[in-house]
Amino acid sequence: MNREEVLTKVTEIIRDVFDDENIVVTEATVADDVDGWDSLMHITLLGTIEDEFEIKFAMKDVVGMKNVGEMVDLILEQIR
Amino acid sequence: MKELEYPFDSEWIMKKKIKLKKQLLSNESARFIEKRIAILGGSTTSEIRNTLELFLLNNGIRPSFFESEYNQFYEDGMFDNPELVEFDPEIIYIHTSNRNITDWPAVTDDASAIDVKLELAFNKFFGLWEHLAEKYHCPIIQNNFELPLYRLLGNQDACMLQGKVSFVSRLNEKFYEYGRAHENFFIHDINYESASYGLEKWSNPFYWHMYKYAMCVPAIPIAAYGVALIVKSILGKNKKVLALDLDNTLWGGVIGDDGAENIEIGQETSLGQTYSEFQKYVKEQKQIGTLLTVISKNNDDVARQGFGRPDSVLSVEDFVSFKANWEPKDRNLIQQASELNLLPESFVFVDDNPAEREIIRQSIPGVAVPEIGNVETYLQTIDRAGFFEVTKISSDDIKRNEMYRANAERAQAQAKFADYGEYLLSLEMKGTIKPFEAIYMARIAQLSNKSNQFNLTTRRYTQAEIESFAGSNDYITLYGKLEDKFGDNGVVSVVIGKIKDQELHVDLWLMSCRVLKRDMEFAMMDELVGVCRARGIATIYGYYYPTPKNAMVKDFYGLQGFTKISEDKDGNAVWKFEIPENYSKKNRIIRVN
Repeated sequence: MNREEVLTKVTEIIRDVFDDENIVVTEATVADDVDGWDSLMHITLLGTIEDEFEIKFAMKDVVGMKNVGEMVDLILEQIR
Repeated sequence: MKELEYPFDSEWIMKKKIKLKKQLLSNESARFIEKRIAILGGSTTSEIRNTLELFLLNNGIRPSFFESEYNQFYEDGMFDNPELVEFDPEIIYIHTSNRNITDWPAVTDDASAIDVKLELAFNKFFGLWEHLAEKYHCPIIQNNFELPLYRLLGNQDACMLQGKVSFVSRLNEKFYEYGRAHENFFIHDINYESASYGLEKWSNPFYWHMYKYAMCVPAIPIAAYGVALIVKSILGKNKKVLALDLDNTLWGGVIGDDGAENIEIGQETSLGQTYSEFQKYVKEQKQIGTLLTVISKNNDDVARQGFGRPDSVLSVEDFVSFKANWEPKDRNLIQQASELNLLPESFVFVDDNPAEREIIRQSIPGVAVPEIGNVETYLQTIDRAGFFEVTKISSDDIKRNEMYRANAERAQAQAKFADYGEYLLSLEMKGTIKPFEAIYMARIAQLSNKSNQFNLTTRRYTQAEIESFAGSNDYITLYGKLEDKFGDNGVVSVVIGKIKDQELHVDLWLMSCRVLKRDMEFAMMDELVGVCRARGIATIYGYYYPTPKNAMVKDFYGLQGFTKISEDKDGNAVWKFEIPENYSKKNRIIRVN
């Protein structure tokens, strides 16, 4: 899976979790850009991404994550 | 909604919770009971609230929540957080975990020092419960403690008093002691849930240190489901009937083809043993008041032979209704429900055949139709689903099967009488109609929460409310208990009236359908009139609020001699009765008090 495919899949997951097909996601997207993406939904989102990609984020990764681009980095690290 | 029924996919629910909530709320035919629930947490509780809401909505209960700030369960409860006071909870759920035990035993502590620590840990909770009970008079649901994540003393951690495992177990036992002694207090068993889920996953420290969740997020729906079971049971929304298929459900094989001697049951084969174990579980269900019935496609005489085998655990007498025929199963279920005077939605339909399950699911909404899997999973699937979640075992529950069988005998007796009045007299009925008494409070609350058909206003009350009416001078309360020569029906009717300006307003009048057409409603009326007279009340107002289920009592007050004084376009009606000087008793058959 390449970077673009990962981003596409992450976008699908975000749309699914927030139940909104119109959300636009780029690598620069941060939580504030998406309606309803609070700390609570962040937990749900990370859990879903872990399931879908069959990966596990370490605590240090979660703590440092700044935007969707960094999320994609972490996913790519683990699925390679 | 099938997705929210056991066995559910916990992680999928977490992911889809927004969509699920929208779906549940968009069901326009659903009628919800509203309840105010306070969640007092010793850790983050947001997702507990969200998923609890889903499971409750799915049970027809729409909650509103008060949620304490992170780990403020004690302060909010004990020191009357004004928001909580204003919220006025109807149910309180205390979500704590072993993360909230602060003063653990040290290895250097001796037995008496550990006893002191145990007392202190317990007293904090004890004080909180007592305060909450006195302040809010509502049911309290309290988590017990899950086992600790590590064992400094290894295997002996369980045995030595210094061990955390030992400490948690002893503390839990003290919680249970309290629970046994207090009617309105219920343990939520996260100790069992975490063991079943896997303690290592459940207590994964990641979720504590990252988000201050004392349990792992993917398991939260499991805990919420457990709490929802307790809530729906308190509110009288348990199922009542286990309707069972026979071939490949209660025994292996097809009795019509294989013959009674060749079905799999008993100790000879592995499959036979598994079916026997399941039959044993089904028989145990009877002890908590679950009614058992058969719905099977078979010839009746052939089907009965299966229970005639000496190694059959269940016998034909264990079932209150036995339908083995070739009619469609949905028709059998509806007929069975009406014979037992129950609503179809109080049924759990157990059948190994997915096609039969689908027919029931499609044609009779509200019936629980569990995906039971294979015979080796039948038992735990039905058990964990919690259809019959026990909150209190009333003596009525234990006797229920007996009562329904007595009903069947009455029906046979009735067939012998040409005149209905003569039949009623032959029942030798004895009624007890009195103001609410302490021993019946649980049963009265239960009736107020589950009676739908013979119920004029369908108001739901908690036990605490019932008790407060009983203790108030502004209310007249009556319960009615009915016995006859076939058995004791227990408490079957409840009337609650509020006195205002020397007039009585009947807030609640209900009767269990198991005593329909026995003149019990007239006996209740006579007593109500008697009590009113003694209190100097000459006018009684009755109210009828229609629901999809209570059409049978639409003209009830008319039958009792009331006059309708108003009715709105929705059918909500007010009736009035002036007690005449020469009121003549309506009941001449039941001997009262």
